[in-house]
Amino acid sequence: MSVTVKIPTQLRTVTAGDSEASVEDARTVGDVLDGLYERYDGLRERIAEDGDLRRFVNVYVDGEDIRFLDGLETQVEDGDEVTILPAVAGG
Amino acid sequence: MSVEALKCKECGTRYPLDARYACEACWGPLEVAYDFSSLDRESARRRIQAGPNSLWRYADFLPFESPPRTALPAGMTPLVRAYRLADRLGLREVWVKNDAANPTHSFKDRVVSVALPKARELGYGVLACASTGNLANAVAAHAAANGLESYVFVPSDLEEQKILATGVYGTNLISVRGSYDDVNRLCTQLADERDWAFVNVNLRPYYAEGSKTLAFEIAEQLGFEQPDRVVVPIASGSLFTKIARGLDEWRSVGLLEGDAPVFNGAQAEGCSPVAQAYGAGLDVCRPVKPTGIAKSLAIGNPADGPYALDLARRSGGSIDAVSDDEIREGIRLLAETTGIFTETAGGTTTAVLKKLADRGDIDAGERVVLVITGEGLKTLDAVRGTFEAHEIDPTVDSFSDAFASAQPV
Repeated sequence: MSVTVKIPTQLRTVTAGDSEASVEDARTVGDVLDGLYERYDGLRERIAEDGDLRRFVNVYVDGEDIRFLDGLETQVEDGDEVTILPAVAGG
Repeated sequence: MSVEALKCKECGTRYPLDARYACEACWGPLEVAYDFSSLDRESARRRIQAGPNSLWRYADFLPFESPPRTALPAGMTPLVRAYRLADRLGLREVWVKNDAANPTHSFKDRVVSVALPKARELGYGVLACASTGNLANAVAAHAAANGLESYVFVPSDLEEQKILATGVYGTNLISVRGSYDDVNRLCTQLADERDWAFVNVNLRPYYAEGSKTLAFEIAEQLGFEQPDRVVVPIASGSLFTKIARGLDEWRSVGLLEGDAPVFNGAQAEGCSPVAQAYGAGLDVCRPVKPTGIAKSLAIGNPADGPYALDLARRSGGSIDAVSDDEIREGIRLLAETTGIFTETAGGTTTAVLKKLADRGDIDAGERVVLVITGEGLKTLDAVRGTFEAHEIDPTVDSFSDAFASAQPV
């Protein structure tokens, strides 16, 4: 099984320009992120702090904010799309 | 010139003044940094008072080398002493800053006024935004007036008046099946894909600076004095914090004296993540799914929430939420006592002022400013059914029957 991760411009300096990555055999969003951390040096420090996501980092599974789901424990399935984005104030 | 760099509000990392909004190191939001040390107070005040009758009179405090030329001047809206509202609430001195008196009838004309020339300066030909309605109106209108193409993204359940008052300017209007937070996420993704100036995404640090001008005007209109308290609506929390920032800057250069005002934030119960976090003593907001009539405040995931919470606590204020019925009553209260018809966001703010007054939070001698950010004609449904209209035949008898109790003696 495979999950696609969309990577925003702010992280592409540590992903060598990759805007998308596939992660295999992940059960949860936390597993997906761990998969990325292994692949890309320096990524973890950018978006995570003390084992949790930094407060201006939003993560979505198929468009739904994981804070409405089970956070990093949110289950992922084959073909799901995980999106990482900085929080932006709107209006 | 005083504008220096973009600076991360969290870790202080500095970036050049280009189109970016998040710190690459810690993902904190970026803000424009200035150095006002060479700004002389007296000459700054003279430039303001001799300046144009628009927000460009405050150009010294905006992120440009020199005041840009724009085609739809915003700002310098009335600050009205609200004697009858104050009486009704048992307060001494209440002022209403009526920002509905802007070109597209909301405070969003301020932020777009600053974002648009910055977009042009950075070489963009297309202006875009994610909006709960008022920003949509402003982006479409300012883009039209200045000859830029525009793309405006709104949630599909928006009030019809706001849709119509956007489409009329000839923009590309995109109605998204989802909430504002979905629209915001989509636009954040699109900002990575398209070479467009999304005013409240990649141009957000500049855009947000426009909100400071509301504070500058209030202070100038009070004779270069600060109010004791301001009551401000909170959606993302950006306006709330930028009003404080504007006053901070003016105190730092000596244009104002004394302590910062007390800051009270207003939210609707249908979408109150910041008020909930305030009540629970938290310093971050848990996102919510918005409901209720105050659609212009319906941001369930407010990015400036942590800063709004800090400001309310630091200034001795609070963040309160009111129900839809209280919002309708707030709209009526403001209309009946000041002649100002505001939209649901203004009803929310007025209702919170009433709540603070009823609770005894406001001292007798305080000078309070109520910030009204938008126009009642854009949310007409909110007042439908809140009063009775009398239909009569065109005869004196018919009128007399209907108004028997009002018969002159």
